[in-house]
Amino acid sequence: MSALPSSSAAIHASGLVRRFGDFTAVDGVDLDIQPGEIYGFLGPNGSGKSTTVRVLCTLISPSGGSATVAGFDVATHPDEVRLRIGVALQDAALDPMQSGVELLRLQGRLYGLTKREVAIRLAEVSDLVDIGEAIDRPIGTYSGGMKRRLDLAASLMHNPDILFLDEPTTGLDPVSRARVWEEVRRLNDELGTTIFLTTQYLEEADELADRVGILSAGRIVAEGTPDELKRSVGEDVIIARIDGDGSAALAAVHGIAGVSTAELHGDELTIAAADGASIISPVAVALSGTGVHVKDLTLRTTTLDDVFLELTGNRIERRDDVTPEEVSA
Amino acid sequence: MTDVTAPTMAPSAIRARPPGFFVDLVSIAGRALRTIPRAPAEIIPALMIPLFFFIVNVGALQDFSERGIPNFDYKAFQLPVAIIFAVTGVSRASTLVTDIQDGYFDRLLLTPVRRLALLLGLMVADFALVCGLCIPVMGLGFALGVRFETGLLGMVAFVVIAGLWGLVFTGFPYAIALKTGSPQAVASSFILFFPFAFLTTSTLPRFALTGWLDTVAGYNPVTYLLDGLRALVSKGWDWAPIGKGLLAIALVGAVSMSMCFAALRGRVRRG
Repeated sequence: MSALPSSSAAIHASGLVRRFGDFTAVDGVDLDIQPGEIYGFLGPNGSGKSTTVRVLCTLISPSGGSATVAGFDVATHPDEVRLRIGVALQDAALDPMQSGVELLRLQGRLYGLTKREVAIRLAEVSDLVDIGEAIDRPIGTYSGGMKRRLDLAASLMHNPDILFLDEPTTGLDPVSRARVWEEVRRLNDELGTTIFLTTQYLEEADELADRVGILSAGRIVAEGTPDELKRSVGEDVIIARIDGDGSAALAAVHGIAGVSTAELHGDELTIAAADGASIISPVAVALSGTGVHVKDLTLRTTTLDDVFLELTGNRIERRDDVTPEEVSA
Repeated sequence: MTDVTAPTMAPSAIRARPPGFFVDLVSIAGRALRTIPRAPAEIIPALMIPLFFFIVNVGALQDFSERGIPNFDYKAFQLPVAIIFAVTGVSRASTLVTDIQDGYFDRLLLTPVRRLALLLGLMVADFALVCGLCIPVMGLGFALGVRFETGLLGMVAFVVIAGLWGLVFTGFPYAIALKTGSPQAVASSFILFFPFAFLTTSTLPRFALTGWLDTVAGYNPVTYLLDGLRALVSKGWDWAPIGKGLLAIALVGAVSMSMCFAALRGRVRRG
């Protein structure tokens, strides 16, 4: 008989720990992700993102704490969890000798779909990932982007409630990355699929996630919407390099609504504001009214990288930035 | 950026449900079987080695042995050896270890598939393959004039028993694959083939073996397996050697299957 869900959250974790020998990869992670949410799990390589996903997806058991996915405990009811989740792991694990259609059929059958249901879902997910006639070709002939999209299609064959995407765009070119983002958004918007997305791309978390958890050394060091997180570490800054009467320019921008502070250092006027984008036009107009010559005007918004730097003292080192020597070491 | 023109998705009523064990088994075996013709290089040695040894052994020792042993049909004596060479050590273990390394095994573990079916499905494919490998070897035997005392039914029993031996022997490379996840270790497991296949009555009957080899052959289960298979070819339905052959398979199977299923449990637990 089927077990009953023990939690209404799509994903819930309490003090989740995973150790490998003496090394603690996940160190007391708490999560509460509601159905329909896109949750971004952001952190550098080795921060514990993938290990957390492997625990939540029932591939490995937790060493401590607890977690429920789709309401079922990952340790005690892994089969119930597996029926309700789709997973695209970090490296699209595909058999180069299988064709795309063979992979999708196998995936469907292993999730208990009848042959007719497999045929229906095959048509639906093939449209979704837009692989075209290549779906009948051996996967070994696919490009990196096609493999990622096929992997995504395979994770959707059984129409899961919750989708885990572990660094879905790492290594993809910008066009392929944009397509995956588009597909993730559509899944969430049109089907209401809850999406747990790990990434080391700040812009990806910023672009897609309703909420972001920042992971460092196995711990969540900050959590919130991207805007909340950015606001928590500082304001946007507008920098104007000017020729002319600096004190007049300073006085002019001080009067603009939304400006928090304005300072003049040499020919550089620095204006801080909570929402820099909304005041850049008034600033330009005000400066022009004072008769100073504006050599350039720059808006620097706070990024999640700034948040990460503030919280951990490090910048996120993306896998793409790693040298081949480091990879092979 | 390219234009994305995918259609609007509608919620689908199709949902996952636990598949039956048979569906799991057929799905895993089906994938393994489809791979076989796509990687002929993996099968060609398994096909060529028994044919080569059959021809060489018969060419080298037929006259010598038949002159020394009255009413001895060396070709019939050698056919089971060629079959054992054909079926021993043929497995999907190298594919399994590739799956483990590439993450495909994790992909399967993420589904609700029964863990036992992940291994049994491969073994079903192995059984089908080794039975298939028996056919050209038996064809060569027929071409050389070997006939079965037990007729068509005996031939079927011959292939099934050989297939069962091939099946239980796969437990060793699978155990190594699951335990180590190392292609080198799996490739090295082929070395197990040699003591089983050669420290036995593979070239001469047991009474013609020298002292130490006769002693070792007495402990080698393949000796009893060969006796059973030879009985089907040359004696008829002589149940004593056939029964001992089946018992030998069962004993080796108990060891190899215990090892590989323990390794599977460990692999699944480790993730």
